[in-house]
Amino acid sequence: MKKFNKVIGAAVAAAMVASAVAVPAAAEEGTFKIGGIGPVTGAAAAYGSAVMNGAQIAVDEINEAGGVNGAQLEFNPQDDEHDAEKSVNAYNTLKDWGMQMLLGSVTSAPCIAVEAEAVNDNMFLLTPSGTAVECISGDNAFRVCFSDPAQGTESAKFIGENGLATKVAVIYDSSDVYSSGIYDAFQTEAANQPFEIVASESFTADSKTDFSVQLQKAKDSGAELVYLPFYYNEASLVFQQAAGMDFAPLWFGVDGMDGILSVEGFDTSLAEGVMLLTPFSASAEDEKTQSFVTKYQDLYGEVPNQFAADAYDGIYILKAALEQAGATADMDASAICDALKAAMQEITYDGITGTQITWGADGEPIKAPIAVKIVNGAYEFM
Amino acid sequence: MSFLSYLINGISLGSVYAIIALGYTMVYGIAKMLNFAHGDVIMVGGYAALTMMLSLNAHPLVGVLVAIVVCTVLGITIEAVAYRPLRGAASPLAVLITAIGVSYFLQNVVLLIFGSNPKSFQSVVPLPDLKLADGALTITAETIVTITSCIIIMIVLTTFINKTKTGQAMQAVSEDKGAAQLMGINVNKTIALTFAIGSGLAAVAGVLLCSAYPSLSPYTGSMPGIKAFVAAVFGGIGSIPGAMLGGILLGVIEILAKAYISSQLADAIVFAVLIVVLLVKPTGLLGKPIQEKV
Repeated sequence: MKKFNKVIGAAVAAAMVASAVAVPAAAEEGTFKIGGIGPVTGAAAAYGSAVMNGAQIAVDEINEAGGVNGAQLEFNPQDDEHDAEKSVNAYNTLKDWGMQMLLGSVTSAPCIAVEAEAVNDNMFLLTPSGTAVECISGDNAFRVCFSDPAQGTESAKFIGENGLATKVAVIYDSSDVYSSGIYDAFQTEAANQPFEIVASESFTADSKTDFSVQLQKAKDSGAELVYLPFYYNEASLVFQQAAGMDFAPLWFGVDGMDGILSVEGFDTSLAEGVMLLTPFSASAEDEKTQSFVTKYQDLYGEVPNQFAADAYDGIYILKAALEQAGATADMDASAICDALKAAMQEITYDGITGTQITWGADGEPIKAPIAVKIVNGAYEFM
Repeated sequence: MSFLSYLINGISLGSVYAIIALGYTMVYGIAKMLNFAHGDVIMVGGYAALTMMLSLNAHPLVGVLVAIVVCTVLGITIEAVAYRPLRGAASPLAVLITAIGVSYFLQNVVLLIFGSNPKSFQSVVPLPDLKLADGALTITAETIVTITSCIIIMIVLTTFINKTKTGQAMQAVSEDKGAAQLMGINVNKTIALTFAIGSGLAAVAGVLLCSAYPSLSPYTGSMPGIKAFVAAVFGGIGSIPGAMLGGILLGVIEILAKAYISSQLADAIVFAVLIVVLLVKPTGLLGKPIQEKV
């Protein structure tokens, strides 16, 4: 037994020496450790993997260009399967790893759970895509995307101010916090706008294959525009079923609709003319977007969606804030958090999900919404 | 007019539940076990057909046939690997839990192979929709094909079980495994055959489900699977005509509740009806009364 222990001891010592040598070789000024949490498997895996891929591209770009304040970035993605409990487990794993700031969680419900822990630890949290209001309840938390209410309000304003319709029907997922959060804000703002909600129909996670009733009611109510605040998977079914019953109103979606064009085998002509608010369009012609889209396609073989773009911007926002704060890699998580809290309110960020973005103390981004319309199977800015 | 259109929508949703319920009830009726992985076998069938049609440009009919073969082999394998060794287990719960495990296993394997992005399914039914009353009412070709297949499967299954030797062996196994074995019936083979037929039916159900509601993801099978299980209980689990009746009624009640009462309460109403039916008729609408053994 003694001999055995000696062997192990020698091995451990060798490993320690090796790692002690390896670390300074990799980075001269240490590394910033950024944790990432999101659903890489499970029903919401499309969002989580897009976020992790987008973030990794940004991290590699930054490291290649010399890092942040002389230090390299290290990104550690963890899977939470879109489950609040697993998300908190992933958060604890990352803390043991030595995480100094967190990009995540990707989806709302897990993000709320993680934020409750992070606020106690004074850990800086930037969620790329957690849209529920409570995702950033503490002063340590910020987000890249619009919140649910902001999206509902902006949609209603957009429809009203552009005079798109006078009669509007809404179909929403009452079992989903994202969808019903947007719906509530939309309904409130609609009272101030020159259109009327003539039908509001809902569905739940347990009955989201058949939309014939909701569509029939919207059709019977004479709606000229149907507002669809939910994800693209259900939306693809809605469009197919509406086409089957010769119902062709104007369609207006939200950022969750982003991805509809990449559903394999989906007849994109059904989505022709669909309008949606989304922060990102892969067909935008500016240099930053094009370089990101090309890289993403080369590495992962698909066109990036807005989740990937939010994460890519998220990493660059962290970089901008770290530089503004003059943070160094040897600071602990709490000191970095304090520095970043102040820095976030000072920076103005131009990225691929918006320009001239600033943040208030509440952590919400201040940026103009972008609306796109699907024309010939691609997004076109409105 | 809108009532008729709701009714038609209800029947088309119900026909999908019915065709899934047939597989459920078949396996339960013979093997006396709830195969919770049935919904996921349906999903595998959908992916098999889709892969044939998209990647290999096969004719839809070839896709359906391949799906049936794949699911049949899958069903036999699942039965042999996961269920048979547990048949003698002290508690029937063991097999039930294993079935749930198989369900998650299938979902995650498909997730690994095909990814989580939902895929849009091409309909395998190349017929035009039926328009009535100057286009105010539309009956989709998928609905007609689903209902027709349902009726054909129901008749063939009933005849098979009642008239053939193998079918009677199945009935014997379902009544008393031990006695059936003493009479010279190979119980393992009979149950494997039941799973083969049930899973083959699942492939047909999967293709028709995806044709009617053309979105396919690794989780496509789970909710319709549960609803179909409810339909099978509703109609009387173990009864083949009951599964069809239960499925169609469930679909119609769901759609009418959505249309006339509340779209949020639709599922609550469906299950409330189920509770009432079970209170009045504990074995379901067409279930055989349970005989008390003395």
